[in-house]
Amino acid sequence: MKTNRKFAWYAGVYATGVAVTAWAAPLKIELPPESVVFKNAPGAEIAAGQCLLCHSAEYITTQPPLARAAWKAGVEKMQLKYGAPLPAEQVEALVDYLTKSYGPDSAAASSK
Amino acid sequence: MRSSQSPRHGLINRRVFLQQTAWFGLAGGALGSKLSADDTVTLPFANGERSLVKYPQKRPLIRLTARPPQLETPFNVFNEGVITPNDAFFVRYHLAGIPLEVDVETLRVEVKGKVDTPLSLSVADLKKGFEPAEVVAVNQCSGNSRGFSNPRVPGGQLGNGAMGNARWRGVRLKDVLEKAGVAAGAKQVVFNGLDKPVIGKTPDFIKSLELDHALDSEVLLAYEMNGEDLPMLNGYPLRLVVPGYYGTYWVKHVNEITVVDEAFPGFWMSAAYRIPDTAGACVPPGTAAKSTVPIGRFNVRSFITSLADGATLPAQRETLVRGIAFDGGAGISEVLFSADGGRVWNAAQLGKDLGKYSFREWTIAFAPAATGALELKVKATNRLGESQPLEPLWNPAGYMRNVVETVKVNVAG
Repeated sequence: MKTNRKFAWYAGVYATGVAVTAWAAPLKIELPPESVVFKNAPGAEIAAGQCLLCHSAEYITTQPPLARAAWKAGVEKMQLKYGAPLPAEQVEALVDYLTKSYGPDSAAASSK
Repeated sequence: MRSSQSPRHGLINRRVFLQQTAWFGLAGGALGSKLSADDTVTLPFANGERSLVKYPQKRPLIRLTARPPQLETPFNVFNEGVITPNDAFFVRYHLAGIPLEVDVETLRVEVKGKVDTPLSLSVADLKKGFEPAEVVAVNQCSGNSRGFSNPRVPGGQLGNGAMGNARWRGVRLKDVLEKAGVAAGAKQVVFNGLDKPVIGKTPDFIKSLELDHALDSEVLLAYEMNGEDLPMLNGYPLRLVVPGYYGTYWVKHVNEITVVDEAFPGFWMSAAYRIPDTAGACVPPGTAAKSTVPIGRFNVRSFITSLADGATLPAQRETLVRGIAFDGGAGISEVLFSADGGRVWNAAQLGKDLGKYSFREWTIAFAPAATGALELKVKATNRLGESQPLEPLWNPAGYMRNVVETVKVNVAG
């Protein structure tokens, strides 16, 4: 995680003898690693394979304990609006996993 | 917002620590622990545990998501002053293909479409060729405070920290468009930045403004934030600043400006960031909107920043309460404070006016008469007479929350 802000010097100006010009080198950053993983339960491999293609797990794990219909709507939105390449035959299994692991009856919800 | 550490998150944080020490090639120890994301906060709604994580050019912020990064400002930052420091300013991306390296020398902003003369401008060209302009303006995420929606709604579960106030410096979009020459029949201006979707079928994050709005002299192409280059995660080297409007329009890493002669039909205008077409942008809780429009200007909000829930105040001694208020650009005209749950309201004193788009500081002194629990409330009004509801309004996307905020404190003897 470093920020590269040093100045580079343009050698050509020495040749002309006019002036020394400075300008910024490219700004480069490195992101800290992802830290949240999906709960281990049947269907987690679909979530890991499909959801994590485009975004980290918190997009799911930080949601409130949504009912099945809301998880299904979310999965369909990912397919239809965001182009997620989720095979049709995996939709129900993924929605089941999300509802069981992060829905109203999940451990996270019951601990509140 | 209180600090806490549940056993579950203790495990996660240990993993972050191990990953980060591995990243730096450290064996652990004092330096390693400084880099670890040991701290958590619990936002005051169900499933509100979050890690505080340090990102490049940032202090540790509340991490909502890692990929793409979405970082929320810890609320106590808003009590440091009305300008939000760059290293504490919230971060919100939509798509994980974000730029991690930008060469300001080679980056060009293309101005094209329905213009007489297409332009290709470097940041240096903008700095040299156009008159600089500045504004102090709040940027607030449309979904700021979504986590408080009741009933809860899907989406980024934010507390109140997806907002910030900065002094933005750049050039007027109007001047750039006029240099290119807007052609007859133009209707909107479309903005794209360097961030990209991961897969080709995901709509790129592209936003549009009505032509009149783009030419209003207030919209800026900003290259500085609080006197410094923009942090990378806030749009380096150039972002759109749309004073008074929700952050969705403040396109980061701008590299394409296209004048069009139609209403831009892209997903992020036509399907996302839509609000109910009703007064207050609300519908009965739990119901759908019949028709929607693109989200626009901020409504009125105000916060107490000097006291958090659970604070203890002395009885019969004066406490100076401080906070902030803002709106979509009419300007704040009055801030009322109640120390008794909303029965009696007193006018707070307004602080220095940094402009109609800025946070406005307010202060009021009060001395609780007796010990016990108190509900402190704050309610602002703008110059149009618009104010804040005592009960929260609701919409399906959890946008535009602006209920009168309450802080619960205890008065001790």
